[in-house]
Order: sequence, then structure tokens, then C-alpha cells
Amino acid sequence: MKILTLVRQVPDGEARIRIQNGAVDLEGATLVIDGMDEYGVEEALRLREGGADAEVVAVGVGPKRTEDALRTALAMGADRAIHVEADGALDPVTLSKVIAQIAQEEGADLILVGSQQADWDSQALGPATAERLGWPQLTWTNQLSLEGQTLKGRHDVDEGNESFEVDLPAVIGTQQGLNEPRYPTLPNIMKAKKKELRKDDLGKYGVSGARVRTVESTIQVRQRMNKLIDGKDPQQAASELLNLLRNEAKVNL
Amino acid sequence: MILIVAEYSGGKLAKSTLEMVAAAHASGREGPLTALVLGQGVASIADEVAPYVDQVLVGDDARLASYNPELWAAATAQIASEGEAHTVFVAGSRAGREFSARVAVKLDAPLLEDVISLEGAGSALRAQRYTYLARVTETVEADAPVLIVSVKPGAFPAAEPQATAGEQYDVDLELPASRVRITGKTVEKSSRVPLAEADVVVTGGRGVGSPERFAELIETLADNIGAGVGATRAVVDAGWRPYSEQVGQTGKTVAPQAYIAVGVSGAVQHMSGMGKSKYIVAVNKDPEAPIFKVADYGIVGDLNVIVPALIEATRR
Repeated sequence: MKILTLVRQVPDGEARIRIQNGAVDLEGATLVIDGMDEYGVEEALRLREGGADAEVVAVGVGPKRTEDALRTALAMGADRAIHVEADGALDPVTLSKVIAQIAQEEGADLILVGSQQADWDSQALGPATAERLGWPQLTWTNQLSLEGQTLKGRHDVDEGNESFEVDLPAVIGTQQGLNEPRYPTLPNIMKAKKKELRKDDLGKYGVSGARVRTVESTIQVRQRMNKLIDGKDPQQAASELLNLLRNEAKVNL
Repeated sequence: MILIVAEYSGGKLAKSTLEMVAAAHASGREGPLTALVLGQGVASIADEVAPYVDQVLVGDDARLASYNPELWAAATAQIASEGEAHTVFVAGSRAGREFSARVAVKLDAPLLEDVISLEGAGSALRAQRYTYLARVTETVEADAPVLIVSVKPGAFPAAEPQATAGEQYDVDLELPASRVRITGKTVEKSSRVPLAEADVVVTGGRGVGSPERFAELIETLADNIGAGVGATRAVVDAGWRPYSEQVGQTGKTVAPQAYIAVGVSGAVQHMSGMGKSKYIVAVNKDPEAPIFKVADYGIVGDLNVIVPALIEATRR
């Protein structure tokens, strides 16, 4: 079987985000594999190590630097990578068109993708890709196993969680709790340099640009009041806080 | 027409549905406002939503007895096509964000996801949404014959009822067979106000110390002031609290009137889930904790004595 694991490159959670001319500028920011995608890479490797006769292919769509994230996936243990170079912005629903075509060409059986991307704050990529392929999808999965051609697992839903079974092919949205992603070891980082990283051109996929256009990005830092109360006298502090909340903030407590 | 896919939970219309109605009004889009109610035995939901819209389409079908993304997407796309909807509104819940993406592909329509504001711009629609773990506010625009919009919970005020209730019509749906088998479901029930709908949220972090202390301090305080209960990822990972209470990047996003963070240090991933709260309150013994930087009110002190004092002062 073939497993595609999608990898996006995003700023590290602690990285400072700068806005330049109304757009996010990542120059100088530390960029990493999106944490939720990393659970997907790890899960693909575990399915293979668990006995599935699987080839694991990491796929990334983005500017040249996306290569770094793909090399990390290779160093973790992916067999090869495909990088579709794209400099302009693509929205997730448009991007799903590219991913679906790669999945078809590759004859993929399973796609793993982070349930939400930390740059777009979007949850659309997995479901949109599944729809294009006519596949089912399960999002926010935190437990997964493969028995023959059937995936069994558990995922979070709005009101709690569900156990599921689904036959391949399918798209699985990954998240925290699914596994603990491994760190690439030095020997594996060296080996990864020799693994295939195929470059593709976006034009090949018949995608011309985003259908959702970003007009402007801003960072609005809300001024907070930062009124600190000394807690030495707990009763005094408690009544002062409640007074502020009720009378200044006008919160109905 | 404008189509709104009604959301409900526990047999009651969710606040998110009325927020979608408000978003539809704000969008300046024209045409009859239509609510689509999908499910089995949903007559009471249809009655509840009718006063807020011009018409209600009811897809009452045994196959829709529980939410399923493939079925919800198919039904929504079918009704949107048949009714020539130009704008489709879906709630920004987990379920909504999931099936709205499938609807966008089915209808070859752009998706404006998790929007916090909307403005009509000719035939286009302009929206604001948060990106980069809610640190950036992005203005996006799309122009197409059909637009799909998911609406962030809490971003719009609930709409008021109209003078006359919308007429109700039954619809027949062509549904695919679902390929996912749900073999078990755990519903994390709480007698409290749901986290996403609460005006006040009390969240406990690792600093609370233990699951027992969490119940004693956080739950009691929340109950005294009629608040929802939240938890940080560390607390959920440790198994003290259910995942449904988690606030943050991988949990729920909340924006209540007041967010009271107790023993919470304030990691970026947590702030992305609560940073848009109107007032943020922090109780922490470490004056250097990052949470104080975003707090409106803070008490620097031991939560083991501060919270009992708050409980005492709010006892009813």
C-alpha cells in the first residue's frame, strides 16, 4: 500500500510574526513541520513498522524552503518526497486539487494530514481532499490501527469522541494524542539527503491561483488593562477582583 | 437564496444557528433566508428556527439520525443547487468546518472559513478571520456564483426573531451510502452551560495540582458564578479532565465576556484558543507567567487560598 503524508511548513509556535506591507513576513522566523502534520508522518511510519507493507511518501506544496520540512520527514523515515513548488498563496480548497491529483497518480490508499494547519488556522484540507477523491475522511483522530484493509480508530467530535471503522482508501486527520513523533537521528538525517525528493511544477496540476484572496493581514494587539492585585490578603483580593469584574467590566456574575 | 444549515445539540437549536442568521444579515447578500434542518425527528428544531428565517426546509430522514460529514455535505449541496443558493452558511464547529469543505468542493465554490466578520463588496464577499494561531487577523475576499461561509462561534451576536415565522417545507434527499462505521460514541455530558456558549469561563491549568483539587476549586467556582469549565492541554493530557473541556489550538476556541485562568501559565497554543476573550483574568503565584501580559485583571498569589476566597465571596 501507499501512504501519503502531507507536510506544511509553518512558523514555530513561539516565533514572532511580523507584518510587512499588510502581509505576513516570515523572513527570519523559525520554520518547522506543522506539529499536527508531524503526527501524520509518525503514524505512517508506525503503520509500516506495525507490519503494513507500505511505502511512505511525504508531500509538500509551497515555496522552495518547504524542502526543509520534507527533508525532516525523510529523516524521520519517509521513503521519498514530492515537492510541488508554489510561491503564491493557495487556499486549502484549491490546494486539495493538487493533493488529490498526486494521490491518484501515486495510487495512494491512505492520506494523513494535520486536522488543522497552524498557518491558515484551517480545517478544510483533509475533508476537501477526501471529497475530490470521493473518499471518506475522519478528522481529529487520536487512535488508529490497520487490520487488513480496515482502519480502526477513535476521533474527537464536537460533543465527545467516536470509535470508527473505515475501509481504505481514506483520509485521516491527525492531532495530538495520536502518537509521540520521533526525532530524526543524525545517521537518518545523513541518509535522508540521499533519498528521492522529486520537484514538481504547480502548473502541471491545472491550478492557477487561490480562489480566496488575502486582502490584508494585521496584528491587532488588544490593549489589556493589566491591573494586578496583590494576593497577600485573599479575602481582600477576591472582593476587589469581583468588584472590578462586576462594576468596571460589567460582567454579570 | 441564502442557505443556512441549522446546527443543534441535545434536541435544542444551538446559539451558533442564530449567529449564522446574524452573519447572513451582516453579509448584505440578497434573497430569501432559508434554514436547512437535517436529521431525524427534527420537527421541534424546525419550529425553533422558523421565527428567524423566511423559510425552513426540513430534511427528516432516518439515514440522518446522527451527523455524518458525507451525508451532510451531499444534502447541503443538493439543496443549495436545487434552490440556486448563492451563499451557504455553516457553523464553525468541528462538524461544520468538516462538511463545509466537502460542500465547497461539490459546488466548486470558494470557502470562507471560520469568519469573524462579513461585508458585501459587489458580487464579492469580504471577511475577516484569524490565522497563525489567532495571532493575525486576515481580511480575505472571494467572488464566485456560489460562496460557502463557515462562521466562528461567538463572533456574531445572536439574531432576533422576525415579525413572521418562515414557512416550513419537507424536502426529499438523495443521500450516498456512508462508508464510515461508527462503532461507539462517548458524549461528554455536562449539566453546565456548554463551553462555546458560556459568557464566563473558568479554566484550570496544571498549577491547580490534582484532579481532586480541580473539582473542588475550578468546578465549584464555575458553578457559583454560572460559568463553563475549561482546561489546558497539560491538564487534559494528564487525564484530569475530558478533552471536551480543552481550550487552545487543539481544543476549543472561546471568546466569553470573562475568561478566568487559574494556575495557567499561558502558552501560545493556549492563548490561541482564548486570547479573544473580552476580559481576561489570571490567578497565578508566578508574577512572571506570560498569562499576566494578556490579562486585564490578575491576582498574584497562591490559588489554594485565592480561589477558596473567591468561592466564599460568590457563594449563593
